[in-house]
Amino acid sequence: MKILVCISNVPDTTTKIKFVNNNTTFDATGVQWIINPWDELALTRAIELKEAHAGAITEITVVNVGLPTTEPTIRKALAIGADKAIRVNADPKDAYTVALQLSEIIKKDSYDIILCGIESSDYNGTSVGGMLSELVDYPSVSAVSFIDIEGDQLKLKREIDGGQEIIGISTPFIGIVQKGIAKDARIPNMRGIMMAKTKPLQVVEPVSADLYTDFVSFDYPKSKAACKKVDPENVKELVNLLHNEAKVI
Amino acid sequence: MSILVFAENWDGKFKKQTFELISYAHALSKSMNTTVSAISIGKVDSEELNKLGTYGASKVLNVTDCRLYNLDNKAYTMAIAQAAAKENSKVIVFAQNNTGKAISPRVSIRLKAGLASGVIGLPTSFEPFTIVKKTYTAKALANVVIKTDVKIITLSQNAFGIVENPTTANIENFAPEIADTDIKSTVIEVNKVTGKILLTDAEIVVSGGRGMKGPENWGGIEELAQILGAATACSRPVSDEGWRTHEEHTGQTGKIIAPNLYFAFGISGAIQHLGGISSSKCIVAVNKDPDAPIFEAADYGIVGDALKVIPELIAAIKELKAN
Ligand SMILES: Cc1cc2nc3c(=O)[nH]c(=O)nc-3n(C[C@H](O)[C@H](O)[C@H](O)COP(=O)(O)OP(=O)(O)OC[C@H]3O[C@@H](n4cnc5c(N)ncnc54)[C@H](O)[C@@H]3O)c2cc1C
Repeated sequence: MKILVCISNVPDTTTKIKFVNNNTTFDATGVQWIINPWDELALTRAIELKEAHAGAITEITVVNVGLPTTEPTIRKALAIGADKAIRVNADPKDAYTVALQLSEIIKKDSYDIILCGIESSDYNGTSVGGMLSELVDYPSVSAVSFIDIEGDQLKLKREIDGGQEIIGISTPFIGIVQKGIAKDARIPNMRGIMMAKTKPLQVVEPVSADLYTDFVSFDYPKSKAACKKVDPENVKELVNLLHNEAKVI
Repeated sequence: MSILVFAENWDGKFKKQTFELISYAHALSKSMNTTVSAISIGKVDSEELNKLGTYGASKVLNVTDCRLYNLDNKAYTMAIAQAAAKENSKVIVFAQNNTGKAISPRVSIRLKAGLASGVIGLPTSFEPFTIVKKTYTAKALANVVIKTDVKIITLSQNAFGIVENPTTANIENFAPEIADTDIKSTVIEVNKVTGKILLTDAEIVVSGGRGMKGPENWGGIEELAQILGAATACSRPVSDEGWRTHEEHTGQTGKIIAPNLYFAFGISGAIQHLGGISSSKCIVAVNKDPDAPIFEAADYGIVGDALKVIPELIAAIKELKAN
């Protein structure tokens, strides 16, 4: 079986977010870029599966839609343990265009398990995995927090609002994964970093695509009024404020 | 023309979020001079279906195909896309929850309709159709133009509120064309937490962090939640340590919630935690450290020991409720 993990290149989660050009463009000055946290966990689980089912999973490929600047992030995925990588040479403008480029990759080569993170920590679109599934007409399961191989089937856990469901599905399929899929992301070691330099990173030119949406400009959320501090010796006062002023209890 | 809402139920009862979606769609329908239709999938009785009229749905397409009792992303997509075609829907509204996230992007492709997810209000313009959504884990807001003829929106929880707009809902049975071969996933087992308030539906959430020191101290959090009719939550290290189940973990990689009131006991307020709770209407923080970042996000705060404050808070709330 072959696994494809779709990875997005996002600003580190602690980045102070700023915009330039009249708030139309993200200011990338000094920003540290990382693999989107959910995608990194998906990749980790893919590697765990390959280790646990020796022989059954033959290859893990990572794919990213991005300009050459995303290559350090792709190399990190190779250093963690992916076998090969593909970069579609396009600026990811909206979820649809990304999903369309990814669908072309899947049509060219066949993959049995395709994993996407449930969202990316930049546009928080929660869209690419689902769009991709429909574009290639594969079954998809979202909010997957566990995945394993059982015979010729996959066994998944799906998170629902107040609980979980255990789901069986056959390949090919697209898993849209969330927290729980792997515990901790792997840190690349020296050997991994050295090997990553020699692993194949193929660059593919994009197909043309219309935008469905256009992110025209950005704003900052309204800043909050200062926190009202209550004396720890006077907890009743807090209850009074919550009841009479904020009217929330 | 119409606006279509995916009306999700939980064990046969519509979710609170569903009523919010209908209220939102109703406001949108006034601006667009059209009506609201809803699609319900699953076993929901007619009394419950009628409730959608209370918030402004004038038509309900009722799908009772038992093959759809469990969520299958493709089959639900087909049902909703067919309903949208039948109703000539120009806007389709989902909740920004796990179900909405699973189906809306598939419907988007099937109908060639642009999708804006996690929007926080009504459109700011109709020509072009512009709407505001959260980005960068709520650190920024984006003005998004949806360029396609049909538009899909997922609405953030509690972003609009529930408003009554009483009308009579015409309930119509609807049987979408779905082949057995379209359903590829089998649900083998369902484990639902029962008798607890769902974190994503709760008006009040009582949450604890590593400052609570250990799972043995959660009795106070549970008691406080119980007297307030609240759900309980926690920060990520608390669930990673196994003090609480990971169902309760809120934040960027956990659940994103927006209750009316969020209590943070012994939570530092790391940026990743705030990403999941910063849209709460009112945040109360109790933390020993006066410089903890949670105080920047909080509306009310006590610099003090959570383990001491919680019992006093319980006593004071009991007193309030008694009067
Ligand atoms: C990619 C990524 C994603 C993440 N996602 C999430 C997420 O979704 N959710 C999340 O929560 N975290 C997330 N984190 C972790 C996050 O960065 C913080 O580590 C975490 O939120 C801290 O949890 P905490 O506040 O409970 O613990 P700590 O940081 O240990 O803070 C404990 C707080 O309790 C206070 N305290 C101690 N004793 C008492 C007392 N007796 N009374 C009152 N106060 C006391 C301390 O002053 C301190 O402020 C993520 C991290 C990364 C890198």
